[in-house]
Amino acid sequence: MKLSGWGRFPSVDCMVHAPRDEGDLVARVVAGEAIARGNGRAYGDSALSAANTVSMRHFDHMLGFDPASGQLVAEAGVLLADIIAAFLPRGWFPAVTPGTRFVTVGGIIAADVHGKNHHRDGSLADFIDWIDLLGADGTIRRCSRTEHADLFEWTIGGMGLTGIIMRAAMRLRPVETGWIRQTMIPAANLDAALAAFEAAEAATYSVAWVDCLASGSAVGRSLVMLGEHASVAELGPKEADDRFAMRAKSPKRMPIDAPAFMLNRLSVGAFNRLYHAKGKASRGASLVGWQPYFYPLDAILEWNRIYGKRGFMQFQTVLPPDRSRAGLAALLEATAKSGSGSFLAVLKRMGPGRGGISFPMDGHTLTLDFPVRPDTLALMERLDSIALDHGGRFYLAKDARMSAATLARSDPRMADFSVYRATGAPGRFGSAQSQRLDL
Amino acid sequence: MTARSLLVLGGKSDIGLATAHAFAAKGYAVRLAARDPAALDRAVADLATRHGVEATAHAFDALATEAMPGFVGGLPELPDVVVCAVGVLGEQASDENDPARIAAVLRANFEGPATILTLLAERMATRGSGTLVGISSVAGERGRASNYVYGSAKAGFTAFLSGLRNRLAGQGVHVVTVLPGFVATRMTEGMPLPKPLTAQPKEVGDAIWRAVEKRRDVVFVRPVWRQIMRAIRAIPEGRFKKMKI
Repeated sequence: MKLSGWGRFPSVDCMVHAPRDEGDLVARVVAGEAIARGNGRAYGDSALSAANTVSMRHFDHMLGFDPASGQLVAEAGVLLADIIAAFLPRGWFPAVTPGTRFVTVGGIIAADVHGKNHHRDGSLADFIDWIDLLGADGTIRRCSRTEHADLFEWTIGGMGLTGIIMRAAMRLRPVETGWIRQTMIPAANLDAALAAFEAAEAATYSVAWVDCLASGSAVGRSLVMLGEHASVAELGPKEADDRFAMRAKSPKRMPIDAPAFMLNRLSVGAFNRLYHAKGKASRGASLVGWQPYFYPLDAILEWNRIYGKRGFMQFQTVLPPDRSRAGLAALLEATAKSGSGSFLAVLKRMGPGRGGISFPMDGHTLTLDFPVRPDTLALMERLDSIALDHGGRFYLAKDARMSAATLARSDPRMADFSVYRATGAPGRFGSAQSQRLDL
Repeated sequence: MTARSLLVLGGKSDIGLATAHAFAAKGYAVRLAARDPAALDRAVADLATRHGVEATAHAFDALATEAMPGFVGGLPELPDVVVCAVGVLGEQASDENDPARIAAVLRANFEGPATILTLLAERMATRGSGTLVGISSVAGERGRASNYVYGSAKAGFTAFLSGLRNRLAGQGVHVVTVLPGFVATRMTEGMPLPKPLTAQPKEVGDAIWRAVEKRRDVVFVRPVWRQIMRAIRAIPEGRFKKMKI
């Protein structure tokens, strides 16, 4: 069947199996180079294999929870949304969450996702205690910091290329409420935004929305948003009545593929200006529910359709702190000049990285969306080279089109990863992405 | 106060599990019964972890009617609600001329469910409370060449449920008949089912929760099925026998 990632590009005709139990799953994996697929939220071709895509949707059981440590044991196909639905009312929240909750446990480990708290708490890896990993030899190995430590190290962030994640133990964080105390800081340009991040190092959450049409002295004009989990004492009567903010409107669905003209320079510019004005009006602190705070786009199911049938691409890089000022400015200038304005530009300060081929590292990460157009690939290659010139590395969960040479230049760990997969890992796994990137 | 409890017969089925989740989400303790209880380990852990309720697995074979009194006696308690999701579709084409296979389909869809519900009904009537939910089928509304072995067993089960409801109405025990129509389950995997007529297991589970809460008698999960079956029943037999449906 035709399958694609969240960006709807590329689309690949894939043989897909959805095994129901361990026996079926093992049979699929020993049959030939497989890739596991969760909820299909990686943007590009990370979870596509023409010959052997293995859907983990039937492995969606939660297996146990220890309230003393906050450790949840769950199968790979469990959605983060289900974890929140089950545990937030009991006072627990994911320690690290990406910008959508419609992702699976297996998927977020394979991508080693980061959240708005990366600068303080690190990536998901820091909250994973162990993983049960199925190798191509049909054996399930429990990997942790003490058992099969190499396999554990490479599997987190390893894009499913070391085996199939069957289940894992991850720690949740205790929260008193489902509300976030949000502070908005308008920043007139990039320097102001970067300064705001440095000043807010102690904040639990921080992220900035960037108006990527601003140029010249206003390049990097943005809204920096800080957040803290609110305590019960900090809630007003309205919030206290819904302590875990579970009473949300049900999400709307994007009814049709939007026509491409919706994304011309004017409409995107208008969107950004509106967003900016709204932020200025409500500057200062306010209480926001966890849904709009962490998952604003989850409120519109299938929002990827706003980019039309041809789909869209996301570009995400992280630049080291000593070169990020120049690199970010160059990336934003190139984007503004291209006129294929980004609907969504997100800037964030990251803390130190970890091992494996995990994406995050100390510095600033910038994320841009582009509708797929004839000139998009060329633009993204320009962005690649700007990022490379400034010591950047790239997030594979977002990638749909990078060249193998670019990836190899960006990150020397990729070569080590290939060697490990060829010699140390139990058998071969592969995706359309790993083939394209020669991993 | 101890939690109310739900017993699911056919606890490995997708509809049975979806019903278990619907009730567990409301705080019910859940007993799952299936031929091989060890195969329910993950499902039991999931129910307990997700909803923070007690969940257990029990051995139950719908064909082993002689073992049923022992099964009922061995349950941790007489449940408040019982859902019977037991059933096998069979293969009409290969079953229709094979007496042993016909018997197996009839027993699994009718004799077994009727026997176990009789045993549970008796105890509930003595207690003076309880709800029995039988998952029957629209296939039982009229026999068709393409699935009348299964359909006739379900027709028998539907009549049984109706009679049981009638008999227990004055004794505090309620009986719900569920006619789900097409459902996207393991049983129908790979069949080309029309989307607007096909319910997801979760829809069925939620519909059963509401039916029990509201003490409904007969429930079609997707209302369109009530119209469809009304139309199919209205076709004169002389014409019906020549149709291919």
